Amino acid sequence: MSGFDPFLQQAAAASRVAQAHLLFERLGKTYESAQGPVQALRDIELTIERGEVFGIIGRSGAGKSSLLRTINRLERPSSGRVLIDGSDIAGYDDDALVALRRRIGMIFQHFNLMSAKTVWQNVELPLKVAGVPRDARQRKVRELLELVGLEDKHGAYPAQLSGGQKQRVGIARALVHDPQILLCDEATSALDPETTQAILGLLREINRRLGLTVVLITHEMAVIREICDRVVVLERGAVVEQGPVWQVFGAPRHDVTRTLLAPLQHALPASLQQRLQLERGSSADDLVLRLHFSGSGLEPDLPALGAALGGRATLLDASLEQIQGHAVGHLILSVGPSTLGHAVLIENARALADHVEVLGYVAAV
Amino acid sequence: MSLLFERLWQGLLDTLLMVGVSSLLALLAGIPLAVFLVTSSRGGIFEAPRLNRVLGAIVNLFRSIPFLILMVALIPFTRLIVGTTYGVWAAVVPLTIAATPFFARIAEVSLREVDHGLIEAAQAMGCRRRHIVWHVLLPEALPGIVGGFTITLVTMINSSAMAGAIGAGGLGDLAYRYGYQRFDTQVMLTVIVVLVVMVSFIQFGGDRLAQRLNKR
Repeated sequence: MSGFDPFLQQAAAASRVAQAHLLFERLGKTYESAQGPVQALRDIELTIERGEVFGIIGRSGAGKSSLLRTINRLERPSSGRVLIDGSDIAGYDDDALVALRRRIGMIFQHFNLMSAKTVWQNVELPLKVAGVPRDARQRKVRELLELVGLEDKHGAYPAQLSGGQKQRVGIARALVHDPQILLCDEATSALDPETTQAILGLLREINRRLGLTVVLITHEMAVIREICDRVVVLERGAVVEQGPVWQVFGAPRHDVTRTLLAPLQHALPASLQQRLQLERGSSADDLVLRLHFSGSGLEPDLPALGAALGGRATLLDASLEQIQGHAVGHLILSVGPSTLGHAVLIENARALADHVEVLGYVAAV
Repeated sequence: MSLLFERLWQGLLDTLLMVGVSSLLALLAGIPLAVFLVTSSRGGIFEAPRLNRVLGAIVNLFRSIPFLILMVALIPFTRLIVGTTYGVWAAVVPLTIAATPFFARIAEVSLREVDHGLIEAAQAMGCRRRHIVWHVLLPEALPGIVGGFTITLVTMINSSAMAGAIGAGGLGDLAYRYGYQRFDTQVMLTVIVVLVVMVSFIQFGGDRLAQRLNKR
């Protein structure tokens, strides 16, 4: 990625050495298909820091799933390296791989619970195959079912649970070995919005309480906004954009990012859209401006805006939210005739917002 | 009447012995065979496509030979194993050899139907391959395997009657000799009733068990 601010680049370089939990170096993956080789991942360079919630977003087929699976080597890279705590996992033999996978929990879109096992047995399974003694297993399973709020469901079979409950069992199962990394493969994509919120809340809580690094993939920007610290946008196997969530939301650089953000963005109100003219009809027409705030630190200062716009500004529409403490969104204002020329007004507004866009004119009522 | 009853009882015991021993052997051999057929195929956890093809071809070969012909063709082999080609134990050999690939193919289907996501989840949680077979594949496929074994049992009762016709004893032999060769309708009908009751009992039991095991 180009155009990063130098401070962030420096910080990233420092953290590479100091606390990089996961490091991807020129990672590539090529599949052989009937139509010839398909490049699922190309030259991925990423650093994921300890304790952060890292989001990977992209459209379907962008390579998210393959990238996530290289972390616990369910997927073997064709080129490049994956380093976990500085150790290249490519050379791990079966024993080392099993040990690694016990340090990495994983949850799935379709939960992947064993249908023939009860909730208790599902959560117990990873401990059982690791040869953990019965007493220790019982203690751990009880503790985790409590953490995910399913103590009373321990005897139920997965078929008797709701989607949200199944994912809670999946989370409990993923955490039984006290992993340092949790991989979430579209963990909320099969859930309704309310349950999604609850599961994301639980993941956030687990991230904070247990301090584990969470890597999640999703095709929903809302999920990224909800819990991620940093995000990378994948398109056709390559990284097209990455950065802190507020930055990617506030000032998306790539078309794919904008497309993914579109469902969250608020369209112009229809009534305004109808009245809006691109050309100025008469000198009495109101100028319509959109002021963007992309989280750079500028907050919409209403009195200052009013003054800058000649005291005749009316708020038509607004959408503003706090992402990681940064104000991200826009205001749409109509500005009545003023002694100052439009060019001056626009120039004034530029000092108060990250970006000013002239939407058009509306005839004064 | 008491003579008939005695013969019937003896025939029933012979049939149960033939079917019981050979189905037990088919179960013991068929499940590992089915597991191997599934896991050695492309993308499986014990991937070995070439061996898989060879084994698949052998299974198909035995599956395509009609039981009556298989039985006759196996006579030298049977003599080698049990020392005789006559009686219940001699019938166990071809019955087992016919039933094993039959059952293995049915069990294979159930094993193949286990969601790949479950295997992936098991790998991700640090299961070794043998754990995946023991804790995931077999328990998840168990209802289907029980159903398949029920079908195998019923098919083997059928085949054992054929074995009876060439001197293995059992209910088939009884029906053939008294019913068919001596036109004794009473014996024939009695044998049919016993067979129907036996098959219904096995089918009912198998269905119930499969249903109880199915938690989906």
